[in-house]
Amino acid sequence: MIYNKRLILAHFWLAFALFGVAILLGEWQMFIRSPLHGWLRNADLYYRSVTAHGTVMGYVFPTLVAMGFGYFISEAALGQPLVGRRWAWAGYYMIIVGSVAAVVPVAMGLDSVLYTFYPPMIGNAFYYIGVVLVVVGSWVWVALMGINLYVWKRAHPGAPVPLAMFANVAGAYLWGWTAVGAALELLFQILPVALGFATTINAGLSRVLFSWTLHAIVYFWLMPAYIAFYTIVPRAIGGRLYSDSMARISFALFLVFAMPIGIHHLFADPEVGAGFKVVHSIFTAMVAVPTLLTVFTICASVEIAARLRGGKGLFGWVKALPWANPQMLALALSFVMLGFGGAGGLINMSYQLDSTIHNTQWVTGHFHLIFGGAIVIMYFALAYDLWPHLTGRALLNLRLVHWQLWLWFIGMIVLTFPWHYAGLLGMPRRMAFYDYTAPGMFAEGVSVVMSTIGGAMLVVSAALFLTVLIRNHSAARVDPEPFTFSRAVHEPVSLPWALNGLGLWLGLMIALTITNYGYPIVQLIMTPEGRVPPVFVGGKP
Amino acid sequence: MARAVPADPHDGEALAKRIENRWALTMVGLVALLVAMVIFTGLHWATMPPSRVETINPSTLHVAGEFVESNLGSAVEADGSITVRIVGQQYSFTPQCIVVPSRTPVTFRVTSADVIHGMLITGTNINSMVSPGYISTFKTRFERPGDHLMPCHEFCGTGHEGMWANVKVVEPDAFARLVGPTRRASCDL
Repeated sequence: MIYNKRLILAHFWLAFALFGVAILLGEWQMFIRSPLHGWLRNADLYYRSVTAHGTVMGYVFPTLVAMGFGYFISEAALGQPLVGRRWAWAGYYMIIVGSVAAVVPVAMGLDSVLYTFYPPMIGNAFYYIGVVLVVVGSWVWVALMGINLYVWKRAHPGAPVPLAMFANVAGAYLWGWTAVGAALELLFQILPVALGFATTINAGLSRVLFSWTLHAIVYFWLMPAYIAFYTIVPRAIGGRLYSDSMARISFALFLVFAMPIGIHHLFADPEVGAGFKVVHSIFTAMVAVPTLLTVFTICASVEIAARLRGGKGLFGWVKALPWANPQMLALALSFVMLGFGGAGGLINMSYQLDSTIHNTQWVTGHFHLIFGGAIVIMYFALAYDLWPHLTGRALLNLRLVHWQLWLWFIGMIVLTFPWHYAGLLGMPRRMAFYDYTAPGMFAEGVSVVMSTIGGAMLVVSAALFLTVLIRNHSAARVDPEPFTFSRAVHEPVSLPWALNGLGLWLGLMIALTITNYGYPIVQLIMTPEGRVPPVFVGGKP
Repeated sequence: MARAVPADPHDGEALAKRIENRWALTMVGLVALLVAMVIFTGLHWATMPPSRVETINPSTLHVAGEFVESNLGSAVEADGSITVRIVGQQYSFTPQCIVVPSRTPVTFRVTSADVIHGMLITGTNINSMVSPGYISTFKTRFERPGDHLMPCHEFCGTGHEGMWANVKVVEPDAFARLVGPTRRASCDL
């Protein structure tokens, strides 16, 4: 039973509407910097667009999806109305106010600092304040998820926490803690300078603090997709989840290992010593483990569905899968993209191979494939699954859904494969213009044109997605069956306390973050020479 | 996966667990192998990114010390190796053209006068951030003569797109002719 449909729909719709705008910016950027377009006289327009695209796609869109889905899970899995409904709305409005406060100065050209901030460049304070408000609004959700689980546990002592809620709360705590890094950077480094209270900024320290957020945020983006893998897809295709406890272990491992690895973004930075770079490289390798476990569990769950439908043989069962089901299709396409993106990720995390591709177009290709591809396609899938339950209307146009998912997949491959290749050729990131007549740059021009075509396919796919959802609101009323999550083959009767709550994993998460980040942060705080003068962009406020 | 259909459901659960544990151990082993490769190549080839945490005041770079303008570019050390000193600033590298000999050990020392920059040299594995307040140091060796591009790869402001330098690798004897009594060399585009 879903009690607060309006709250959940408000989150999803704001997320998808912003996504629809930001994807247009992304494709515009692709076009502007391709050989199809000449030099952009005002390059700042490009960097404003990059800042807005990154801020929306990186912070606002996935946060709103995770929040809306989180409220949904809390009510559907726990079977109780959301505790703290007013707070939830307050958090939502905080995100709206924050987004407006951030986007207006960006559009005016006062904050072309990109969503990764890049101090000692300092823009207008309203942008940073806006981002802080978005984060604080999402922290309301983090707290509410913890509270709702607590309320349920008190009413059901000893009962196994539903897997969906366990994973959802893990994702919430992951975000709560990982956002602390960027929050510290904004509050103690950037804002004092932006507001005029300080005249120097420790750029190295700022980068280390940001790296604390920058990698684990990816796992926060990924949580809704993984929750859909485990708790929606097996049910939707008529199967069972292979293992409930391995699912819990995977989510717990994400919580523990997502955080203490962010310095792999700083391999090429001079302000961090070799020792901690190696440590973070090793921990990054470990965070591949929960994904590899997930691949096994989900493939096994899918096989169960196929065999229940009469599938036979070592691989012949694949034919018996319900390929007409959008959840099945989205899962398969997502896994293909996850495979390629994950392989690229293993290259990025390697201490040595990173130097071939660091800050080249390879990296942009990588995170578009993983996030925009493997993860966002599951956002679409979960919206398709949830929508009839939220609107009480039928989701028609299955053909359109198929076109949309395939187009997203093909578009993402056409976008990102040439993008990786351009990176291997040494094409740097974040430039509004490339001189394709320079020696050796012709090949890069060809691959950027291909990416532009892939981007256009993604724009069409996004339009189809929004069309399907909008049409649903005026479709025939239906009375959908009560929403259920996947059931495991062997459903847990009682669980060890470590897998029925997050206490142990939270403790490990905080302890490992302190071990892996404590020394570099203290060392940089104690380095007064690291404080450098700010460089204001867009005119000093 | 499981061919046999056990009569007792608890057997099924135990079997499922065994298969799952085998997979988990294999995956942990795989990851351990990757980590071992990273550690081995790091130690064996001494491939290390710039990590010396050496600081410098960016406000006085041009006044005194290692990064004054006359000391930038390629310098020949007593042991015959080359040290290249570069300053990045919005929106150029100084010097704009860098010349180095092939088949000679080269040490780069790079810093920034203002914001975060980056540099890579196309066709090589040379890749570093360039941060104000810190000196990035790394060693390399160019095997063959040739021309390379050296873009700034980190967003440094509106003019970022124009921040490209050139690297010319020349034969050691050609380089020796370029080097004057100051034992310094740079090149023209």
